[in-house]
Amino acid sequence: MRTFKIGGVHPQDNKQFSAHQPITECPLPKQAIIPLVQHIGAPAQAVVEVGAKVKVGELLAKAGGFVSANICSPVSGTVTKIDQATDAWGAPMQCIFIDVEGDEWLPEIDRKPDLVRQCTLEPKAIIDKIAAAGIVGLGGACFPTHVKLLPPPGKKAEVLIVNGVECEPYLTCDHQLMLEHGEEIIIGIEILKKALGVQRAIIGIENNKKDAIERMRTLAQSKLGIEVMPLKLRYPQGGEKQLIDACIGRQVPSGALPIEVGAVVDNVATIFAVYEAVQKNKPLISRVMTVTGKHVAKPGNYSVRFGTPIDEVIELAGGVPAHTGKIIGGGPMMGRAMDHTEGMPANKRLSGLLFLDEKESVRAEEENCIRCGKCVQACPMGLEPYLLQRLSQLEMWDECEKHDVMDCIDCGCCVYTCPAHRRLLDGIRPAKAKVGSILRERAAAAQAAK
Amino acid sequence: MSNFITSPAPHVHGGDSVRKNMLLVILALLPAYVVSVIEFGWGALITAAISVAACVLTEWLIGRFVLKEKRQTIGDLSAVLTGLLLAFNLPSSIDWWIVLIGAVVAIGVGKMTFGGLGQNPFNPALVGRVFLLISFPAQMTTWPLAKGFETSYLDAETGATPLYYLKHMAKTGDLSVMENLPALRDAFLGAMGGSLGEVCALALILGGLFLICTRVITWHIPVSIIATVALFAWIGTPEGMESSQYVAYQLLSGGLMLGAFFMATDYVTSPMTAWGKIIFGIGIGFIMMVIRTWGAYPEGMSFAILIMNACVPLLNKIRPMRFGEKKK
Repeated sequence: MRTFKIGGVHPQDNKQFSAHQPITECPLPKQAIIPLVQHIGAPAQAVVEVGAKVKVGELLAKAGGFVSANICSPVSGTVTKIDQATDAWGAPMQCIFIDVEGDEWLPEIDRKPDLVRQCTLEPKAIIDKIAAAGIVGLGGACFPTHVKLLPPPGKKAEVLIVNGVECEPYLTCDHQLMLEHGEEIIIGIEILKKALGVQRAIIGIENNKKDAIERMRTLAQSKLGIEVMPLKLRYPQGGEKQLIDACIGRQVPSGALPIEVGAVVDNVATIFAVYEAVQKNKPLISRVMTVTGKHVAKPGNYSVRFGTPIDEVIELAGGVPAHTGKIIGGGPMMGRAMDHTEGMPANKRLSGLLFLDEKESVRAEEENCIRCGKCVQACPMGLEPYLLQRLSQLEMWDECEKHDVMDCIDCGCCVYTCPAHRRLLDGIRPAKAKVGSILRERAAAAQAAK
Repeated sequence: MSNFITSPAPHVHGGDSVRKNMLLVILALLPAYVVSVIEFGWGALITAAISVAACVLTEWLIGRFVLKEKRQTIGDLSAVLTGLLLAFNLPSSIDWWIVLIGAVVAIGVGKMTFGGLGQNPFNPALVGRVFLLISFPAQMTTWPLAKGFETSYLDAETGATPLYYLKHMAKTGDLSVMENLPALRDAFLGAMGGSLGEVCALALILGGLFLICTRVITWHIPVSIIATVALFAWIGTPEGMESSQYVAYQLLSGGLMLGAFFMATDYVTSPMTAWGKIIFGIGIGFIMMVIRTWGAYPEGMSFAILIMNACVPLLNKIRPMRFGEKKK
C-alpha cells in the first residue's frame, strides 16, 4: 500500500467516538455572526448594509482580490450591525451580524433531495459558479477553490487528487460525508475534471476507513478515469505535498504549488460543495464538523451553518464535559486551543471541536534535548527541527532561512515524537513568521530597484 | 465560563520519554549482563553495583551542590545507564576504588561539566573508561578468565584476550598463537576473557536488535561499524589464515558488539541524520581496526568512538534529504 516517502508519525486515531454517527443538522441560531475572513487571501468586502433583509444564499461580501472568496448568507434575516469580533482562531476581524428570521432561501437554489447528474456547462462557467459560491478548501487551509482551477500560464493540470485522507486523529466529518454523499462527490469529481480538462482523478483514502474505500470504489466503478487509492495509515498524509507524493510519487519542490507537478488537490468536503454549487445553485453556507472527545456526551458529525455560535453546536453534543481542560478548533495535531467559546461563530475552516480533559491538556515539562534525532526522522519535509528551534531562539534568521524553515508545514510531528517534550514548533513558528516578512521585504526592495 | 488551556498545537504527544528510552537500553543490556554474572561471578555483580551507585550519586551531588538544580535529573535513568555501561567496559576483577574513580570521572568530567544530559560532546562512560585505561594500564588490562562462581572475586585466574593474539598474528604473520584463540562458538557465546559486559556477542546482538525493533536506535550506526570492520578484516587477513575465520574473530572479540550497539549509538554523542550516522559508523570501524592492527593497544573501540564523537558537530552539517529535493 502506498504512502509518502519521508518522515511521519502514527498517532492513535481515536476516531471511534464519532465514526459512523450520521450527519445531524444543527438548528438555526437566533443570531449569526459571519466573519469576513474565512479563507486565505484578502478579506471579503461587505456588499450589504445595516438594516438590509437577506435570504439564505444571498451574497453578503464579495471577494476582495484575486486570492479571496465570496461570502454568501447562511441564514435569512436582518443585518443588525457590521462590527469587529474575533473568530475561533482568535483573530479580530470585521463580521456581519444577522438576526435570524425564518429560513427563506433564494428561489434559484434547488433544495430537492434528488441527484442532478448531468452537467453541460463549459469549464469557464463551472469555475465562475464555484467562485460565486464562495467555495474554499475545507480540508483546513481554506484556499479559494476557483483560484486552484485556473493554473498560471504555462502550467497544465494532469491529475485531480481527491483528499479523503482525514489524517487528523479524532475527526470523522470527511469519512461520514463520503459514506452519506459519495454519489454527489463522484459527480463533483467529474465536474472538476471537466473544469480542469484532466482525464484522471485519484481519490486517496487512508486504510482505517475501509467502508469509505469500498463505497467510493463501488461508485467509481462505472466512471472512466476515477481511481480509489487506499493509503497506509500515516500522519500527515492529508498534507497536500504528502498526499501528492503518496498518490503519484511526485514531490512538489520547495516553495512551489502542486500544479508544478501537474496536480490539483481538493478535499472531499470541498468537492461536495462544488457539486451543490454547480448542480444545485447552492453556495457554501454550511459544513460538516465533528464534535468529539473521550467525555463528550453525544459525539457526532454535525452540519452547521456558518455564523452559528459554536456554543450552540456544543449544546447539541451534550455540552462541555466536566473536567474539560482544552477545547480545540480542528484536530489535535494542528487545531487551535480556544480559551473561551462565547460569541465565537463556526466558519469555513472549523472542521471539528475536540474536548480534552485536564490531564490530557497539560504539556509535559521540557527537558534537555538529548540529540536523539527523532525529530529529524519524523519531519515529513526533511528538515532539522531541533536545529531550527535553536536558531530561532538565537534569532539567527539568515540561518533559519538557509535551513529551509519556510518549508515547515506546521504538522507537529517533531513535537509529537520528541522524548524530551521539547516545544520545537513554539520556536519554529516565530522563525517562519520572521523569515517570511524578511523575504517579503526583500522581494519588495527588488521590485522597487527595477 | 472558565478559561481553558491554550497551549499551541500539537495537543497530543506520542508518549515517548527520555526515561523510557534509557530504560529500554538498560533492559537490552540485561541478557549480556546475565551472561557476565554467569561467567565472572561476584566480580560482575560488585563492579556493576559500585559503578551504577557511584554514577548516580555523583550526578546527584553535583546537581544538588554545584549546579544547584531545582529538579534533579537522576530520575531520567541516564546516570544508571552510564554506570552500567562503564562497568561493562571494565575487567570484572578490578579494584573497587578504581571503579569509583572511573564513575566520578565519567559523570563529573564527562557529563556534568558540560551542563548535564544532552550537552556532553563525548560518551561519558568511555571518558571514564579511557581515563582509567591511561591511569591504571596494568589493572585495566588484567582480565579474569571466564570461570563463573567457582573462584572468588579477588583471586580469579587471569589471561590475555583473543585480541592480543589477533594483533600478534596481524603484525608478525606468526600463526602459531592461533591455537590460543577460543573456539568461535565460545567467542560467540561469551566463554572467553574480556571486559565484564563485552564477551557475549550473542546477547549483545539480541539486545541491539531489540533496540532497533523498539525504535530506540536505528540500524545505521551498528550496521556501518560492523560492515566496515568486516571489510577491513577481510582485506587485511594475515597470510595463511582463512578470511572468514579472521573476520569472525575480529567481529566477536573485544568491545566491538558492545560498542556498535550500545556505546556508539548514544544519542547525545552521535549524529542526527541517517548519512551522518553512516559516516560516523564507518569512521569508528576504520579507526578501531587501525588501532587493533597497528596501534599500541590491543583494543581500539573506546578510542575510535571518542575520536568520532569529536567529529559529530561536523557530521551534523550533513542535511537530511529535503522533501522535493532533486536527486543529483
